[in-house]
Amino acid sequence: MTRKQQRTALIGAVFTVAALAVGLTLTALGRSVAYFYSPSDLAALAAPPSGTIRLGGLVEPGSILYTDDKAEVRFVVRDEIASTPVVYAGILPDLFSEGEGVVVEGRFGPDGRLRAAQVLAKHDENYMPREVAEALKKQGRWKEGERVGE
Amino acid sequence: MSVFDFANPERFERLARPIAVPTGALAAVLIGAGLYYGLFNSPPDYKQGETVRIMYVHVPAAWMALACYTALAAASAVGFIWKHPLADVAARATAPIGAVFTAVAIVTGSLWGRPMWGTWWAWDARLTSVLILFFLYLGYMAVWAAIEDKARAARLAAIVAIAGFINVPIIKFSVDWWNSLHQPASVFRADGPTIDGSMLAPLLLMALGYTVLFIALLLASMRNEIAARRLMRLEGAPGRPVSTVRKE
Repeated sequence: MTRKQQRTALIGAVFTVAALAVGLTLTALGRSVAYFYSPSDLAALAAPPSGTIRLGGLVEPGSILYTDDKAEVRFVVRDEIASTPVVYAGILPDLFSEGEGVVVEGRFGPDGRLRAAQVLAKHDENYMPREVAEALKKQGRWKEGERVGE
Repeated sequence: MSVFDFANPERFERLARPIAVPTGALAAVLIGAGLYYGLFNSPPDYKQGETVRIMYVHVPAAWMALACYTALAAASAVGFIWKHPLADVAARATAPIGAVFTAVAIVTGSLWGRPMWGTWWAWDARLTSVLILFFLYLGYMAVWAAIEDKARAARLAAIVAIAGFINVPIIKFSVDWWNSLHQPASVFRADGPTIDGSMLAPLLLMALGYTVLFIALLLASMRNEIAARRLMRLEGAPGRPVSTVRKE
């Protein structure tokens, strides 16, 4: 091998080793690299996790219920397969609404509801002016919520 | 004396000198126009309202953060394999520019995240991998700063740059591989952009402006480095400019 080929091989090896190390680490970390569980992830578990977890999905339309004093809000987070009930006492982000993506952090109560300590809105990848959104809805081509919580 | 000291830098200087100022002026015009269209002359988003305008600064900065690191790794590989010192100079000059684009992306993203997500920061895969990118830039710059012998510094810094390149595809695909708070790609995606044309136009204008700005800064920085090395050689103090020589 010429010196140039040696250097090429060396730098190639450096990259390959780094890529392998990172790849193996990420594979080993697996689930825990994900920022949140989806409702179907939780449904696949034998028992609900005991510690603080994050749950991500869509707010089920029609599921948002405020208590009479407005101190608490109950809603259901769903994906295509499963759904998880949530209860939260606190200020909701502006983007929080029915059918929108949401990430909830908290722990499960004895009643099987996730008692949220924090609610974050998850924005999707669609950007458009209001008129375009309305036109799409009118044409029945609205894809709201697709992909979120998959 | 190496090839670097004479032929190539001089040819580079002859090419770079006349285009340096026009490139900077063009960048200012493009970014000025992009900011005007983005901030004043584009529609508010149907969901985010006016906050969407942060995107025109944030998204192209994030693209540049990745593009600069890719350029850094490519220049490092050329410098390492072919021992081309001009490539080392280019790689070294790229790092601080890329670091600033990364910082801009992180800060503007945080400013967007607070009103939209409800948090300044989340340890999700996208945000975390971009923070790692920022530290890779700093680490690369630290290697150059720590080693006096330029040839050795270039070699070690190139290894750091190449090993760190694995982070670039991780950043790009983090939002597809794992559940993340950060939204998936809106422009560079298989099924076409999911961003309306009226918003895509100023976004691409800003991206073009940032790219030209990067070229202008790169040229200025490379000319600076070449001049500094030439000065060092003339002053007969290899590896260290005379003005900062310390007796240790």
